[in-house]
Amino acid sequence: MSEREKPSARTNGVLAFPVGMLVIFFLIPFGIMVATSFYHRIEGAFYEPAFELDNWQRLFQPVFLERALFSIGICLLAGLVCITIAFPFTYFLTRMRRRPQVVLLIVVLSALSLSEVIVAFSWYILLGRASGVSNILVWLGVMNEAAAYQPSFAAVLLGLSYIAFPYCVLTLYPQLTRLDPEITEAAQTLGASPWRTFWTVVVPIARPIIVAGFLLVFVFTLGSYLIADFLGRPEHWTLSVFIANQASANANVPFAAAMAIFLTALSLVVVAVVGLIESRTRRLT
Amino acid sequence: MRLWRWTLTAFVVVFLLAPLLVVAVGSVNQNRYLNFPPEGFSLEWYGQLFTDSGWQTSIRYSLTIAAASAALAVLIATPLAYVLRTYRIRLAPLLYTLGILPFMLPPIISALGMQVFWLSTGHVGRIENVIIAHAIFFSTLPLVTISLTMETMDQALPEAAQTLGADRRTTFRTVTLPLLIPSMITGYAAAFVLSLNEYIISFLVAGFTVETLPVKIVNGLRYGFTPTIAAVAVVFILIAATTFTLFAIFGNLMKFLGADPAILEKNN
Repeated sequence: MSEREKPSARTNGVLAFPVGMLVIFFLIPFGIMVATSFYHRIEGAFYEPAFELDNWQRLFQPVFLERALFSIGICLLAGLVCITIAFPFTYFLTRMRRRPQVVLLIVVLSALSLSEVIVAFSWYILLGRASGVSNILVWLGVMNEAAAYQPSFAAVLLGLSYIAFPYCVLTLYPQLTRLDPEITEAAQTLGASPWRTFWTVVVPIARPIIVAGFLLVFVFTLGSYLIADFLGRPEHWTLSVFIANQASANANVPFAAAMAIFLTALSLVVVAVVGLIESRTRRLT
Repeated sequence: MRLWRWTLTAFVVVFLLAPLLVVAVGSVNQNRYLNFPPEGFSLEWYGQLFTDSGWQTSIRYSLTIAAASAALAVLIATPLAYVLRTYRIRLAPLLYTLGILPFMLPPIISALGMQVFWLSTGHVGRIENVIIAHAIFFSTLPLVTISLTMETMDQALPEAAQTLGADRRTTFRTVTLPLLIPSMITGYAAAFVLSLNEYIISFLVAGFTVETLPVKIVNGLRYGFTPTIAAVAVVFILIAATTFTLFAIFGNLMKFLGADPAILEKNN
C-alpha cells in the first residue's frame, strides 16, 4: 500500500462534524456527569451545584461495596455460563454443513435482535407460576403443583446469560472458523478420540479467544438493566439497576453519577484487557 | 461425542427459542391474561396495534427515532472512518477510540450523561434528545462496518482514478463512496434495529414525554400484562428473522459474520 497522505486543512474540516458531535454529545455530557457527582442533592427536590464528597464517600460504604462485588460476581458467573455453553456450541457450529449452519446462525441472530424488554418479559412468564414451564411439568405428571422460579438469583443469571449468549457466539465464530481442521485431523490420525482432541488441542489453541469472549460477556451483562429489575429481588440488582433507579425514581442524580463513573472505570479496565488479549491473538494467527 | 454434540445443539436451540415461543403463544391467546394451557385463538391483539392510539403513537416515535438516529449515526461514522483510514493522522487511534467508546461502555453511562446534559441545557423531554443520544451511542456500528470495508478495499481503485486526473473530491464521490455504500447500509440497518429495541437511554433521556415502544412495553408491564405486548414482540421478531433470512438467501451470511473464506469452501 502506498504511503498515506498528510491531512490538509480541508480534511480537518471533514473531521469537524463527527468529532464535534462526539465531543459535544459524549465527552461534554460525561464531564457534566463527573461534575454532577460532586453536587449537592436536595431532599425532595433535585440537586444544586456544589463541591462535596458525600456521594463518593457513599461509594466506599460496605453496603455499596457489597452491591458492587455482587454485580461483578453475577456478571462473571454469567460470562462463565455463556462461554461454557457457547464455546463447544460455536465449535460444532463451524464444523457443520452450510445449510444447518446458516439456519442456526439465523436462530442466534434472531435471539440477538430481541429487545432486552422482550427477553426479560418472556423469562418472567416462563419462570412464573401462572403460565411457566412448571405447568408443563405438572401436566406431564413430574411435579405436583406449579412453582415460581422468579424472582431469584438463578433467574437473573439465566436472563443475563440469555442476552449475552448470541453476542458470545458471534465473537467466537470468526475465530473458530479459522481453526485449521487439519490440526484436529492430525490429532485424530495419531489416535486421539474426538473428545480428547477437543480438550487437548482445540481448547488450548483457542484459550485467548475464550478469555476475550468471557470478558466481553462480563462487560455486556454489567450494562443490563431490565433483566435484574424484572427477574430479581432488590438483593439481586446489579449496578446498572441502582444507577437507573437513583437517576429516575429516587432522583439522587449526584449519587447515580458517582456510581456511573465507578462503573465506567470498571468497564474500561475490562475492555483494555480484552484489547490486549486480542492484539496478542492477532499476532499468533 | 456425536451424541453430546446433538444434545448440546438441541439444548441451545430450545433455550434460544423458548422466549419466542412464549410471546407467540401469548399473542394469539384469547384470554386477556396469560394462562396455561392457552385458551382459544384470537388476532384481536394484533388489531389493537393498528387501532389503539397509544400504541400508534409509540410505534411512530420508535420508527422516527430509529430512522433518524441511524441516519445521523452513518453521517457521523462515514467521514470519521474515511479520513482515519485514508490520511496519516497522529491522533487516529485516539479518535477511533472516541468513536467506539460510547458503545463499549454500559448504556447506562450514555443514558445518564445525556440526562444531565439535557437537564443542564434546559432542553428537556424532546424527541430530538433521544435521536441524538441514540445516534452517538450506535454510531459505533456503522463506524466499524465502514472502517472494515476501508481496510479491505483495493487501494488501486482510488489511486487509478487519481492517476487519471480526478481530484480527491471526485475520487471520493465516484470511486470510494459507491464502494462504501453496502457497509453504510449494513451499519444503518444495525443501528436502526438496535435503536428500535433500546430501553434505558430512551427512558432516562425522555421517557416521560416520548414513550417509545420498549418504554411503553415496560410501563405497561409494571401495571400488568396485556397480550398486545406479546403481539408487538412477535412483529419485531418476524421483522428481524425475515431480514436475516433474506440476507442468508441473497448474501453470504457466514462470510458477513466473519467466517474464514478458505474454510467456507472446504466445508461444502
